[in-house]
Amino acid sequence: MLDDIIEDTVVNLLRLAVTELPRDVVQTIRAAFEQESNEVARDQLNAIIKNFQMAESTSTPLCQDTGTIIFYIEVGDKFPLFKILPKVFSTATKRATKIVPLRPNAVHPFTGRNSGDNTGRYIPYLNWEIVSGDTLQITAFPKGGGSENMCAVKMLNPGLGIKGIKRFVVDAVIEAGGKPCPPVFLGIGIGGGADISLKLAKKALLRPLDIPHKEADVAKLEKELLTLTNMTGIGPMGLGGDTTVLGVFVEYAHRHPASLPVGIAFQCWAARKASARILSDGHVDFLTHNVKGG
Amino acid sequence: MATYYLETPISEEAVRRLKVRDTVYLSGEMFTARDSAHRRALEYVAEGKKIAIDMKGKALFHCGPLVKANGTYRIISAGPTTSTRMEMFEDEFIEKFGVRVVIGKGGMGLRTTEACKRFGAVYCAFTGGAGAQAGEAITRVKSVEWLDLGMPEALWILEIKEFGPLTVAIDSYGTNLYVDVAKQVEKNKEQIYNSI
Repeated sequence: MLDDIIEDTVVNLLRLAVTELPRDVVQTIRAAFEQESNEVARDQLNAIIKNFQMAESTSTPLCQDTGTIIFYIEVGDKFPLFKILPKVFSTATKRATKIVPLRPNAVHPFTGRNSGDNTGRYIPYLNWEIVSGDTLQITAFPKGGGSENMCAVKMLNPGLGIKGIKRFVVDAVIEAGGKPCPPVFLGIGIGGGADISLKLAKKALLRPLDIPHKEADVAKLEKELLTLTNMTGIGPMGLGGDTTVLGVFVEYAHRHPASLPVGIAFQCWAARKASARILSDGHVDFLTHNVKGG
Repeated sequence: MATYYLETPISEEAVRRLKVRDTVYLSGEMFTARDSAHRRALEYVAEGKKIAIDMKGKALFHCGPLVKANGTYRIISAGPTTSTRMEMFEDEFIEKFGVRVVIGKGGMGLRTTEACKRFGAVYCAFTGGAGAQAGEAITRVKSVEWLDLGMPEALWILEIKEFGPLTVAIDSYGTNLYVDVAKQVEKNKEQIYNSI
């Protein structure tokens, strides 16, 4: 049955996401280790590499904080079972919490009670996009709390322009220091509005690392922000070094004439995500990970 | 940058040998405590209530582990959490309980640095996110207290073997590596601003 296939795929995506870093993230961290000149920083990067190797070989969550469970879903307008989909994500999250396992991370803000199964009001959080076609594409995006705590949004005076944006990003990275588990990835959302800029910032983190923004000006800004933020010397875990930021992804929306919103989403080095595409006949393709028999 | 293998309970003399940037591997007993456990432990002291474990000479780990309960408890993944949240409690915690090593990530502030100096303790950084590796070095869950706080917030008492590598980031002489790095970053900031 298609609903079982979807549920099993979501469980699988959560397991893959928390136990196995995507290839592009692994390569980027290894390259950073090769280039790092600071001895303490090299030790930190070495521990990171050893850790994700161990996690992958033993299918163990690489970080104990398996995050708030977030999904990005692109559903085709002709994909069947549209109505039951929201429930599937909740059921799959509960199952994954038990069998992977995931740390229960859904806490009631008023009572402090932990639901115990990673579900609750609005959680798992589902980001929907309706596209044309009959496929369903799902990205599991478990988001760690330490890096999330450093996210920032600022409504800049439009007169400050791109220079103001660069300064805000550098300031945010310095302010965050070692707290978001650097080396980090930065998603930057510009324009739209306060909420839209942060939405874009987080979604930008889904882009594969080797693909710069398709507009040359934006790609140039990404590169420049990467250089500037690495000049800080914060280093892995804030202990000093050359490697503070591993990648910068910028997205933008048109802005109101009076506003220049900038949202910054911090993602720790454990940039966990896993995607799959499900066809309406039940065929599943895993997009970010090699899955045997997948 | 020397490397030390230490066993709990750790003496003041042993801890005073450690300097910022040294590497430490720890064996013996370690317990976890996050915000809620810190608050409760200090409330117990204030109210004169007894705490089930003796923390003297032991290591305190800022960590909310991922634990599998299947009759017995097994630690699956156990990396550090952000230590600054505990800054408001830590100096009193070190004083009252005689903890020698505090392990976490992201660094701590002036109050903890002072307490390390006064009472003979160090703060060590464990690589954030390296939870699987940490889990490997935890050989046994000895016991757990205050499970009513939830799995991440409970007090987990753990047996460890060569837990590390830990980087000494605050030593017992008032040196704080994070403060040194922050000073350098502040200098670099001017240069960054000029190149924007």
